[in-house]
Amino acid sequence: MTRVLLAGFSGDEALSAAARAAHGRNYRILNSFTPYPVDGIDTYLDLRPSRIRTAMLIGGFSTAAFAYALEYYSAVIDYPYNSGGRPFNAWPTFMLVPFAVGILLASICGFAAFLFETGLPRLHHPLFDAAGFERVSQDAFLLALVCPETRDGLQDAILWLRRVGAQTVDEAEL
Amino acid sequence: MTSAVISRDAPDATPQHWITPAGRDIETVNRLISAPLLENGSFAWRAWWIGFAISIVLTAVMVVSIVWLFIEGIGVWGINSTIVWGFAIANYVWWIGIGNAGTLISSMLLLMRQKWRASTNRFAEAMTLFAAAIAGLFPILHLGRPIYFYWLTPYPNTMTLWPQWRSALIWDFWAILSYILFSIIFWYVGLIPDFATIRDRAASRRKRVIYGALALGWRGSARHWRAYEILHLTLASLGVPLVVSLHSVVGMDFAASLMPGWQETIFPPYFVVGAMYSGFAMVVCLAALVRWGFSLQALITRRHFDVMAKIMLAAAIIMGLSYASEWFTAWYGGERADRSLVAFEFTGAYWPMFAGLLFCNVILPQAFWFGAVRRCVIAVFAIAVTINIGMWLERILIIWNTLSHDYLPSMWRLFFPTIWDWLLLFGSLGLFALMFLIFVRLVPAVSMHEVRRLAAEEADR
Repeated sequence: MTRVLLAGFSGDEALSAAARAAHGRNYRILNSFTPYPVDGIDTYLDLRPSRIRTAMLIGGFSTAAFAYALEYYSAVIDYPYNSGGRPFNAWPTFMLVPFAVGILLASICGFAAFLFETGLPRLHHPLFDAAGFERVSQDAFLLALVCPETRDGLQDAILWLRRVGAQTVDEAEL
Repeated sequence: MTSAVISRDAPDATPQHWITPAGRDIETVNRLISAPLLENGSFAWRAWWIGFAISIVLTAVMVVSIVWLFIEGIGVWGINSTIVWGFAIANYVWWIGIGNAGTLISSMLLLMRQKWRASTNRFAEAMTLFAAAIAGLFPILHLGRPIYFYWLTPYPNTMTLWPQWRSALIWDFWAILSYILFSIIFWYVGLIPDFATIRDRAASRRKRVIYGALALGWRGSARHWRAYEILHLTLASLGVPLVVSLHSVVGMDFAASLMPGWQETIFPPYFVVGAMYSGFAMVVCLAALVRWGFSLQALITRRHFDVMAKIMLAAAIIMGLSYASEWFTAWYGGERADRSLVAFEFTGAYWPMFAGLLFCNVILPQAFWFGAVRRCVIAVFAIAVTINIGMWLERILIIWNTLSHDYLPSMWRLFFPTIWDWLLLFGSLGLFALMFLIFVRLVPAVSMHEVRRLAAEEADR
């Protein structure tokens, strides 16, 4: 749990401008909360590279390989069946099933990785108690700065946020 | 309802915008889209209840015709020993075509950065799910012994049998199964932020709990959005090849045979375009209904209909070229059976339907060359309905013409549909309508977060 200052802005541009300025003043930006994705905001946060696509790649290809191996085992080893003189390992016709299930499992792995990375499902979070947080999913743009430790620093930060256009500034736990 | 309703003479979207001036405000977007779920009193719901009653009756008709089919067997249909495929397979191809378009529209337009998709992708994806689910029923119903449909899966069994991987029908099974499950994931991921909006706007505890659970605790943080965007975009880029492969496989069900008219290499791409075509036509119909029913004129503008009509026009031309290439290859190939089949298409017993097909799919949509037609919602809706009828005629004629006019003249017979054929067809339409009507009452029919973003962008301009 970190104490943060939640500053509310009127729109995505005001939020981005404030984030840029805060970054320049060495305030630590912990997160932002917006009703739609705001371009470029991640550059001011220290986020680890996302593993979602890696998970999808691994899940997709390993499933496709498994599906092909199953086809090969059944059609070549376990039940070889001469269908009009075609080769037992008729690879062009075997491609479709690995392709389709590969994409399916890639999407399932992607969804699992998405849940892992976002920490969802987490139905309750202390932030939901913060004043006005229910507007985030509608029309509020919040920037979460780590609270300065000293009392003066905190006052300065609040005044500074007001100056760069914050309409509301509240303290919250994050 | 609210002040956000746009009167008929309000300005429409300009060439630079996709949302009318009245809709370019985030809270208006929220209110317009969530009203059907949260502000029950703001709509009369009369049309909804009438539609619901009709679709319940038709769904009951479908259930009865399926039960009768299970009791009596597929002999209740008009199929015979020559025309072994009938309505069921045509319905399957038609529904799966419609089912293709939602994901295709949503993911392809996302990758192409077509921002207007924001107003249409949600119900297009819902349409996909429902249509693909209905489509998947028909081959199973046609099995004759539907209880054994699971034999299509490779599982350890006492018969030591395996599926025949070289068969296009097995590919079908896997393609549809993967596609439906994929589409559910794609749809749900897009819905998570919108469920959060409904959770936060809902007044009743019951709604907050249900939508809160569906939203998984979404907080709209930068981390969430980044993960969301990465997943959504990657899913979209996987969705396009999956959709194309799905309908190509349906095309191969026909193309990989030896029957006259069913051995053409053009079938896979031609089926994909046909699917996109009928799907777009269905999206247009649903867009017009959603726009009218929920007063969304601010978000689904005439400009949306204009661009969708252009896409349908392009598809109509490609369909015309595909038909022409079939006739050309039959003539140029010189095979007697193929030439005889084309002659049968134009002059045989089914010619009025064939003429109707060409009229609905190729000739009538040429009206979309005119801007005035494209921007008239009623005209676009009417043409879209005829396109769907034309595409169904195409699906049934692909089956009837070839099977009725095989190599051996002694086998030539015609198909006469029975009452059960018709009941199952219209019953499936009822089931689709039922699922769609339930969907618009429980789920935001338009993607709120995407339209919010678009509205904010357009407000700045």
